[in-house]
Amino acid sequence: MNGPQDLGGQMGFGPVAPEKDEPYFHAEWEKRALGVTLCAGAMGAWTLDESRHARESLHPADYYSSSYYEIWIKALETLLVRHGFVDRAELRDGAVHGPGATPKRVLKAADVPAVLSRGGPCDRPVSTPPKFAAGDRVRARNMHPVGHTRLPRYVRGHVGVVDAVRGGFVLPDTNAHGRGENPEWVYTVVFAGRDLWGDGSDPTLSVSVDAWESYLEPA
Amino acid sequence: MTIHDHDHDHDHDHDHGHDHDHGHHHHDHDNELDPMAARVRALETILTRRGLVDPAAIDVIVDTYETKVGPRNGARVVAKAWSDPVFADWLRRDATAAIASLGYAGRQGEHMQAVFNTPDTHNMVVCTLCSCYPWSVLGLPPVWYKAPPYRSRAVIDPRGVLAEFGVELPADKAIRVWDSTAELRYLVVPERPAGTEGWNEEQLAALVTRDSMIGTGLAREPEAA
Repeated sequence: MNGPQDLGGQMGFGPVAPEKDEPYFHAEWEKRALGVTLCAGAMGAWTLDESRHARESLHPADYYSSSYYEIWIKALETLLVRHGFVDRAELRDGAVHGPGATPKRVLKAADVPAVLSRGGPCDRPVSTPPKFAAGDRVRARNMHPVGHTRLPRYVRGHVGVVDAVRGGFVLPDTNAHGRGENPEWVYTVVFAGRDLWGDGSDPTLSVSVDAWESYLEPA
Repeated sequence: MTIHDHDHDHDHDHDHGHDHDHGHHHHDHDNELDPMAARVRALETILTRRGLVDPAAIDVIVDTYETKVGPRNGARVVAKAWSDPVFADWLRRDATAAIASLGYAGRQGEHMQAVFNTPDTHNMVVCTLCSCYPWSVLGLPPVWYKAPPYRSRAVIDPRGVLAEFGVELPADKAIRVWDSTAELRYLVVPERPAGTEGWNEEQLAALVTRDSMIGTGLAREPEAA
């Protein structure tokens, strides 16, 4: 979706302002937000792609005025309601009103190290050979799906060169919506900065994205 | 541990139960939490009562990323790559396996790619679409990495961004920006500083900053270490 998350090349957000000796957390609630987000995800009711889509589906005004942990929590509430684990009245009241959905699993403290170190690999076998090879010229499709996608707007319609074939990976565009993993080949595609940003842009710049095969066409 | 332990954590050093009349805001008072603290506490309370979330699991997760998984992991990877050409070659070909051989693997590091700075090219990593970051080697991302200014500008004005980090590259040095749009997570291997011949891996690792592995900084010079 052409949502607030698609920030590449946007202007007006001001300087980066790195913080010296930045702490990992800026408030106690951020720690709980991280933990509760990971624990809820570990129930296995939704995928990482679905949670990314929930975050980018916040209203743009809300997204841009929220810190990242705020974005996480707001999206987590959406996911929990969507999957029947809580309802809006419970969130409003901070209280349990009745029964909720049963999770596939609950992450216990003793299992956290193993679960974190296992992670969630999303490489998958693909039955067809890759359509493109390193060195091929490809065009990022001019596509504007209303659902989740990982092709940023700033490369759409532009021609780049395949840098590498990275393997087969779960397709976020379907996986985010419960329509299956549909693994595809993923390619690193590199674009000249001047092709993306035009006259006056940095002549030494190149930018790459990692693109699923269905995001690309021969050029 | 019960959910109430967290309430006490917030409050134990305050004695403000009877002083509502003097008008100050006590941000850590149970009834006057800032809105996000209250919202997260309500969520954790509900999920805990439902048996969906184990508060002790949250504690372990927080402790992991506060004390165990952080940029010192990545610094050891870089120092080994600087010291050991065979490891550097492995890191270039199969970063996931090479990094795992040092014990660093797992969440948000499942599919790693190392990109090497050279005299001709500087690499910089961003996630314009969210906050993808190689947790297994760098830990949790800093706020600026997840915020709109960096995400919007890294791909269009990387030199301007670098200037805000105090980094000025030669005008003819190429910049390659890697937008982490899929599940690959990138680790920048900065150039090894001159004057470090004969240094061991531990000494070298001390020169490797977090930002140098994102590409918003360079490795420290030996005299600054």
